[in-house]
Amino acid sequence: MNANGPVRVAFAGAGKSFGAVRALSDVDLSVRAGECLGLIGHNGAGKSTLMQVLAGTLAADCGQLLIEGRDLRQGYSVQVARQHGIRCVFQELSLCPNLNVAENTRLMSPALRGFGWRRRAGELIEAMLEQIFPGHGIEADDIVADLSIGKRQMVEIARAFINVDERLDLIILDEPTSSLDARVAEQLLRHVRRFAEGGGSIVLISHILGEMLGTCDRIAVMRDGRIVETRAARDFTHDSLVEVMGGTAREQQQATEDFASRREQGSPRVEQRPARQADGRTVQAFAGEIVGLSGLAGHGQSQLLTQVLRDCVKHGSGASFVAGDRQTDGVFALWSIAENITIGSLNQLKRGLLLNPDAEQAMADDWMKRMSIRTPDMSNPILSLSGGNQQKALFARALASDSQIILMDDPMRGVDVGTKREVYSILMEEAARGRTFIWYTTELEELTYCDHVYVFRDGQAVLDMPRSELSEERILRSSFAEETP
Amino acid sequence: MNAPLNSVARAPVAARNNAARRARMLRAALPAVSLVVLLATIFIMQPRAMSYMGLNLMLNLAVPIALATIAQMLIISVNDLDLSMGSFISFVACVAVTLLDQHPFLGWLALAGCVGVYAVLGALIHSRNLPSIVVTLGMSFIWVGGAILLLPSPGGTAPQWLQALVRIKPPLIPLAIIVCIVLGLAMHFFLMRSTVGVVLRGAGGNPLAIAKAGWSLLRIKVAMYAMAGGFGVLSGLFLVGLTTSADANVALRYTLLSIAGVILGGGEFVGGRVSPMGAVLGALTLVLAGSLLSFIRISPDWQIGAQGAILIFVLALRAAVNRMEVRPL
Repeated sequence: MNANGPVRVAFAGAGKSFGAVRALSDVDLSVRAGECLGLIGHNGAGKSTLMQVLAGTLAADCGQLLIEGRDLRQGYSVQVARQHGIRCVFQELSLCPNLNVAENTRLMSPALRGFGWRRRAGELIEAMLEQIFPGHGIEADDIVADLSIGKRQMVEIARAFINVDERLDLIILDEPTSSLDARVAEQLLRHVRRFAEGGGSIVLISHILGEMLGTCDRIAVMRDGRIVETRAARDFTHDSLVEVMGGTAREQQQATEDFASRREQGSPRVEQRPARQADGRTVQAFAGEIVGLSGLAGHGQSQLLTQVLRDCVKHGSGASFVAGDRQTDGVFALWSIAENITIGSLNQLKRGLLLNPDAEQAMADDWMKRMSIRTPDMSNPILSLSGGNQQKALFARALASDSQIILMDDPMRGVDVGTKREVYSILMEEAARGRTFIWYTTELEELTYCDHVYVFRDGQAVLDMPRSELSEERILRSSFAEETP
Repeated sequence: MNAPLNSVARAPVAARNNAARRARMLRAALPAVSLVVLLATIFIMQPRAMSYMGLNLMLNLAVPIALATIAQMLIISVNDLDLSMGSFISFVACVAVTLLDQHPFLGWLALAGCVGVYAVLGALIHSRNLPSIVVTLGMSFIWVGGAILLLPSPGGTAPQWLQALVRIKPPLIPLAIIVCIVLGLAMHFFLMRSTVGVVLRGAGGNPLAIAKAGWSLLRIKVAMYAMAGGFGVLSGLFLVGLTTSADANVALRYTLLSIAGVILGGGEFVGGRVSPMGAVLGALTLVLAGSLLSFIRISPDWQIGAQGAILIFVLALRAAVNRMEVRPL
């Protein structure tokens, strides 16, 4: 394997912050000509941010971005990246669903113009698809909206490899195999090797360890916005990769001492089989329990919450939902803080047929104190609050209701540490009173608050751990598939 | 071993793709089919309509509506909606019968200014991330106000050349039909077949992807709004050419007619799914639906309701076709 080519692109001390959150700090990384570099790490480790900086869709705050030895950080953009032959296949699909395959090809290749561009674009993309994914079954005039998610991904990948009168030196593949089946993923990885052997560079991000070890020349491991280790792929094993990613077991024993299972008697309050579960395993939650859902993002945890919510609504037992994505399924942006909290408990606030404004006010003020929402007046608009305080209001909405089951969809996303601590203690308090929490979280530390943790992979719960057995390493080991299933 | 496996796996996929394709074709054909059915009914009811004169009379007023529909379609294809289209066209009509007639230079300047205002609106809506509905609703009051200031009471005269232009009688085919065909085809080639059109429509389908591919969304929005303004001006000019005079409310109903025309022609409010040919056909359908109701002697009291019923019927047909489109996983 060729890992001694000249350095094509290098980061030196690159950093990037979003507000108070440091997404990248002090990153040093180089990509050589003719190599496939793997980038691996847990959710939020900063892989995608780093690659967005390289692709030009985000700007780094400090440090250097050296391309062929020159620092281009100032004024770097998608166009500059493309001029230097750098392209990216983003994690979230970036095809236009209303256009056909040939038209989407054209969006990335401005050189396709003039009479007959449509036919030429079609021929190019079909040839490239044939080269990478023989037997793909996609036609150039298929409208993208009609294609399955896997085929869209194939089009997107093939489109990045098409080259019309331009430089093409480096392609970033951000979880390219996530929606491809095993056979097609295999075809892609073979093409990646061919591309690298022809002198091109690839940055591959994947959560499938076998893929990374088998395809990459070198692997860089990221954690908390830093590169913590870079080695030749052959010097890594499954175990050493997991170990570097997760760090060593940290003070997690302290929480296990006072663990007392609530599962000895009674029946579960919630018992749900994940929709894609192949065996008979179910996710259970008992009264007074906090149940954690873990694993990599997008592996079926949110779907399970939706399933539970739907069942509760169907049986009229009621459940409250705390959204993680505040803007889309959390706040009513034009309403006041008080209205945002009381909307979950309108039945308790009725006097006759109408709402009782005094009771509403009282409830809002009560929760303002309990959650210490920082505002002079609860009738201020919800958007006047900081993100963390908005999230507290959403917690207050769920906790103020009389539902015994509370579902949380990664609710601490982008919330500062102080707020988190306050909310954790309220959660523990409420659980002690007999409420059941099902908590999907992407932060491993939060799992220490859970009585039971289910790890998800590919839409299935693959591991059930009581708090006494909780270990970061086991979570990582089961969330990163050893092989494609 | 591999080959038979592949062909087995591919057969149902191909079938599904074909089904999706058929539904798409049907959907594209629907505006044309409804127009043909409508025309046939009119000809059966009133054979004299099937003449140069008859078609000219029926379709003359369709041209400004078709132009307004195209303008609206450009806005809809970037996921916005223009609620000021009707009042804008009224304003243009008022400019045409006053300024343009008396001080041609000032008149043209004002019309160019109108297009400029639309471009600025596009920039404003994009850069401040404002809802287009609110901005254009606000603008509609400004346009109507401007129109009343220019022309406090109905009247004015359209420039002679403009009146002459819209009354041209080409041999064999009435002007209205020629203009509609040219308009539909030109916009089809521009928006559906050219590379620029692909980018413009892509901005409606997945704006983020277009931005990531390195295109400027601001420029796209400004271009779309400016073009919409341009077609609005053409619509207003054509309208006063026909009516010869104007008043501040002359085209108010064009706002809703243009939106209905786009949707009737197979467009969708979001997602960049529009069809210029369909939009023109949709505008013609709307106009002819009015004529049909007069021919079957439905009393004017009921005509608007009946027109609405025709609209609902065509849209229900489309909903049925949409259901045939197999949604991928």
